[in-house]
Amino acid sequence: MTAVEIARDVRAGTRRARDVLEEHLARVDEREAEVHAFNLVLTDEARNAADAIDAAVAAGADPGPLAGVPVAVKDNLCTRGVPTTCGSRILDGWCPPYTATVLERISAAGGVVVGKTNCDEFAMGSSTENSAFGPTRNPHDVRRVPGGSSGGSAAAVVAGFAAVGLGSDTGGSIRQPASLCGVVGVKPTYGRVSRSGLVAFASSLDQVGPFASTVADAALVLDVIAGPDPLDSTSVAETPPSTTDALSAGVEGLRVGVVEELTDTDGVQPEVRAAVESAAAALAHAGAKVERVSTPSARYGISAYYLIAPAEASSNLARYDGVRYGLRVDAEDVATMNARTRAAGFGEEVKRRIMLGTYALSAGYYDAYYRKAQRVRTLIIRDFARVYESCDVLVAPTSPTVAFPLGARTDDPLAMYLSDVCTVPSSLAGHASMSVPFGTGEAGLPVGVQVLAPALAEPIMFRAAAALEAAAP
Amino acid sequence: MSAERADDYEAVIGLEVHTELSTATKLFCGCPNEFGAEPNTNVCPVCLGLPGSLPVLNEAAVEYALRLAAALGFRVPERSIFARKNYFYPDMPKDFQISQYEEPILADGSLDVEGVSIGIERAHLEEDTGKTVHVGGGGRIHEADHSLVDYNRAGVPLMEIVSRPDLRSAEQARGYVTELRGVLHSLGLSDVKMEEGSLRVDANVSVRKVGSSDLGTKVEVKNMNSLRSIGRAIDFEIERQVVQVEAGERVVQETRHWDEADGRTHGMRTKEGSSDYRYFPEPDLVPLAPTDEQRQHAAASLPELPAARRARLAADWDLADDQARVLVDVDGLADYAEAAVLALTAGTRRDVALWCTGDMLAYLREVGASPAVLPLPPDGLAELIALVADGTISRGQAKDVLGECLREPRRPKQVVEERGLAQVSDEGELARFVDAVIADHPDEVAAYRAGDEKERKKKFGFLMGEAMKATRGQGNPQLLRRLLEENLG
Ligand SMILES: [Zn+2]
Repeated sequence: MTAVEIARDVRAGTRRARDVLEEHLARVDEREAEVHAFNLVLTDEARNAADAIDAAVAAGADPGPLAGVPVAVKDNLCTRGVPTTCGSRILDGWCPPYTATVLERISAAGGVVVGKTNCDEFAMGSSTENSAFGPTRNPHDVRRVPGGSSGGSAAAVVAGFAAVGLGSDTGGSIRQPASLCGVVGVKPTYGRVSRSGLVAFASSLDQVGPFASTVADAALVLDVIAGPDPLDSTSVAETPPSTTDALSAGVEGLRVGVVEELTDTDGVQPEVRAAVESAAAALAHAGAKVERVSTPSARYGISAYYLIAPAEASSNLARYDGVRYGLRVDAEDVATMNARTRAAGFGEEVKRRIMLGTYALSAGYYDAYYRKAQRVRTLIIRDFARVYESCDVLVAPTSPTVAFPLGARTDDPLAMYLSDVCTVPSSLAGHASMSVPFGTGEAGLPVGVQVLAPALAEPIMFRAAAALEAAAP
Repeated sequence: MSAERADDYEAVIGLEVHTELSTATKLFCGCPNEFGAEPNTNVCPVCLGLPGSLPVLNEAAVEYALRLAAALGFRVPERSIFARKNYFYPDMPKDFQISQYEEPILADGSLDVEGVSIGIERAHLEEDTGKTVHVGGGGRIHEADHSLVDYNRAGVPLMEIVSRPDLRSAEQARGYVTELRGVLHSLGLSDVKMEEGSLRVDANVSVRKVGSSDLGTKVEVKNMNSLRSIGRAIDFEIERQVVQVEAGERVVQETRHWDEADGRTHGMRTKEGSSDYRYFPEPDLVPLAPTDEQRQHAAASLPELPAARRARLAADWDLADDQARVLVDVDGLADYAEAAVLALTAGTRRDVALWCTGDMLAYLREVGASPAVLPLPPDGLAELIALVADGTISRGQAKDVLGECLREPRRPKQVVEERGLAQVSDEGELARFVDAVIADHPDEVAAYRAGDEKERKKKFGFLMGEAMKATRGQGNPQLLRRLLEENLG
């Protein structure tokens, strides 16, 4: 059952939120041991929330557009009084004294938070294998990864542990796991959704967005969480237009570009490329005008991304020093305590990126690395601006491959980084993009097609996504 | 070092002034910005740098900066940006400081110091750190058992004001700080209390041969806690460098700490890598772009600055330049004097200034107080001045009355009454005293009448003294003198 159906029935009083929740919890009981989508299942809190919604409905009140919808929440979103780990040992024992803005909005809309989902440590990774609490497995094939870093939320949705999920996307961390798990995943425009209460990885790139089984469910959740927030200076002041309302508009006359550099590039599996081509054909069939477009600078996206994101991360993660909260490994002086705490608390990938970022910002290297990466970012924005003169949306692969086996890329960071090759350009531009399931590839595993749109053009992106969903094989 | 040698050199000094802005709340959160609260009570997730928290700029701090811009002629660029200054320190919650680096909010200002225009390169906004208290071992870090951190100060807005190396002496540097303090204070930007740390000054000092345009190696001097120590520290540092250069040694570029107790600067061991702060633009804040409305509002609400006030008081109150300077430079003294002038019923504005910069200032310096806390309010001083002006008490008596009123909350009139100090100015009453004195001293009167100039003066003085004695010192001296002169005719 979709989130749209759950909310409709619960609001109408024809279905109890508590029953909906129990159905989902039953599936958690059944499969969570093998999937490991959650770091923490909030059974009691969820039951209380569901009961409160049922009571509200019984009293004649409307709990809101997400009434009774079970939501799986990535464990880098702060929850008051509930441990928030970011998949790291360094936050051992820390309970935030506040709740993320997006979660306040989910609860206010009647959503029921089922649990905190596993992720790559501080959202750094593309497989959810970099979690201090062990990997999450892909429910389609538990020998394979669900993608990452928001792999837990993607797995929770596809396994039916929750109707929808929230993740965070810095360079592809929602879209890539959505693709690998066969669900819809949305990275909104930078600033469309508040980052307040999202534990930062790379502040200029991080965005919170939904996972869902259908495009309409994703739109429902996005409409709830989007909008300005005085607690986030980078949030866009404008009131966002409804994406739900855009779903039925169709794609007649829509101008669609197939991004050459992201589709016809090395490493993209033939089945994935074929899925993008047939998606483009389906859109053309539905009335869209399709052309091939070129964004040459997108090729340098991955290099720029792996300088900018680690640079910001090296600064954002400095605060985990053992002084105020989380893990502390004592030592005779403060500097040694800092060093030992960080050595013990951070995993290998996080350490690698902190070193990379620190180096990129160091005196004498700043211009060669950080500043140059920012220039690439500007070039990418210009390239996109040019193609958006003739296109309303773009399509491209989300992930170059289908879900890969656990351990396949853990010893080769570069191979892992290339998982993001198709998703980082939109992130660097701060634009909207999303992944929509479109058929299957190698070993019958799901393939996602990425829809890209300019900044704040979510409604038009959802129109294309809805058409793809309708045409999907 | 001979005096002639020292004269061959000139100092090149630039000052970095950090001032805590007195906004109601902190720079990036809504916590109160106040001094002296219980440790860790004025804190929230933002100023504690908790994961997931984000800074939101306090617009009041921008307004403060714009006021300073209007006062000191700064250019306010269309946009400026915040940057992160990265280094590990336990009293810095995020282990980076949000500051401004490549694009500060204010650029190219200047300050007139005794007729010399001193360039100010830039002024920028940044957040303050918390405070670490070392427990045990007498508070010294290496002997402490443990350390406690108070984050109340973390996130308090600071403005760093960086002068150009235009200053040439310790004296001038003091003058610059005094003038800048006055400006900051009159704009209502800061408490400017050096003792409480709301104004901190670092000096960059180098020396060169007079006439040379080269810059010598600069040394940064820190830890100066008063105007006096700024002067002493810079003088010491200049002399130290001249001696070194004269001896053919190289001045090392370093940071030196001023030690108030031994009156010397001491080199600090340079920490490895301490100079690389890995600045980069703060991604959690958008560029700062003051609107035209904000700029105009700041310029329109500009109060009178110290230089203008000095000029006005000197002209309107008939004061010498240095009297006006003392009045304006001492915190709160001119405010007190102006309030007293408003309450004045008799006497002159000049009288007010003279009392304020004379006996009153001496007392304030003696006890280390500010005019605002005196038990005698400004209208009390006006009352005292009127008592002298209308002849009720003499100037000498007024000094005693003031002394009492500065120590206890008493009104001058009350003191005069209780002590029976009021002058007798009733002519009839005084005439009876004069008659009695003349009657009682016929020999002196005769000697006066017969005497030469010298003798007359002597006898008159004696008779005047007797008459004053008879009034128990309360007779109006001018009146008494006239009556006696008439009587001796
Ligand atoms: Zn605060």
